[in-house]
Amino acid sequence: MSSTNKSIEPLWWGLFSAGGVVAAFLVPVHIVIFGLAMPLGWIPTDTGELFHHPLVKIYLFVLIALPLYHWAHRFYFTVNDMRLGVPRGPLAFLCYGGAIVGTVMTVWVLLQL
Amino acid sequence: MNGTAVRPDKSKLYYPKMPRMWWLQKWAYLLFMLRELSSVFIAVFLIVFLVQIYQSTKGPEAYAAFVQKLSSPGWISFHIVALLFAVYHSVTWFESTAVILPLRLGERSVPRNLVFALILGAWIAVSAAVLILFLSLRG
Repeated sequence: MSSTNKSIEPLWWGLFSAGGVVAAFLVPVHIVIFGLAMPLGWIPTDTGELFHHPLVKIYLFVLIALPLYHWAHRFYFTVNDMRLGVPRGPLAFLCYGGAIVGTVMTVWVLLQL
Repeated sequence: MNGTAVRPDKSKLYYPKMPRMWWLQKWAYLLFMLRELSSVFIAVFLIVFLVQIYQSTKGPEAYAAFVQKLSSPGWISFHIVALLFAVYHSVTWFESTAVILPLRLGERSVPRNLVFALILGAWIAVSAAVLILFLSLRG
């Protein structure tokens, strides 16, 4: 890694850590609600309006964007550890770039509401 | 301090030789790998969830149709697996949090297991709060 990469590493690590906390506390209950209970008909689907509340939007931004950086950090190091021969530079670009693209997408969707 | 850090001579560095499938050699290694891969399932779920939120901009019918799509056996299976991975992430994350952030009460440090149990309790409370809030705001 070059010295510039080294200097922003704490930022990635901080986002990884924050995303890990958000994912640990909030993701399981959302999988239960939106991935299982709602499709299986245990909860009615008239929930679209709820997303329009400003506070809910901020909540959704934190819920969706931060764990993407958690994914980026873990996936980057896991693929390295798996010794699949994926070059580090492009892999880092794909992972952290992917998280940034996901963040932009999240903001875009939330602004559409 | 020398700003341009002293870089070790690469030819003198030791690179341990590891077989490609090293993580299948021990149960602990496999659990480590599964824990790391939990982030993939969490990320995929969040992207699907984002698409679901996006559908709500197109009206209640589009939203309901998307939820209907998620009721297919494939998606239900995915969400069951994703939930298992997510819970595995939560439990392992709280275990390490209990190690990283030891609690102290005066002179005595709170036993690690108790810190872990407290965080687990907080997680269950937060999950219940989200569920109750969601069900009450929906109406």
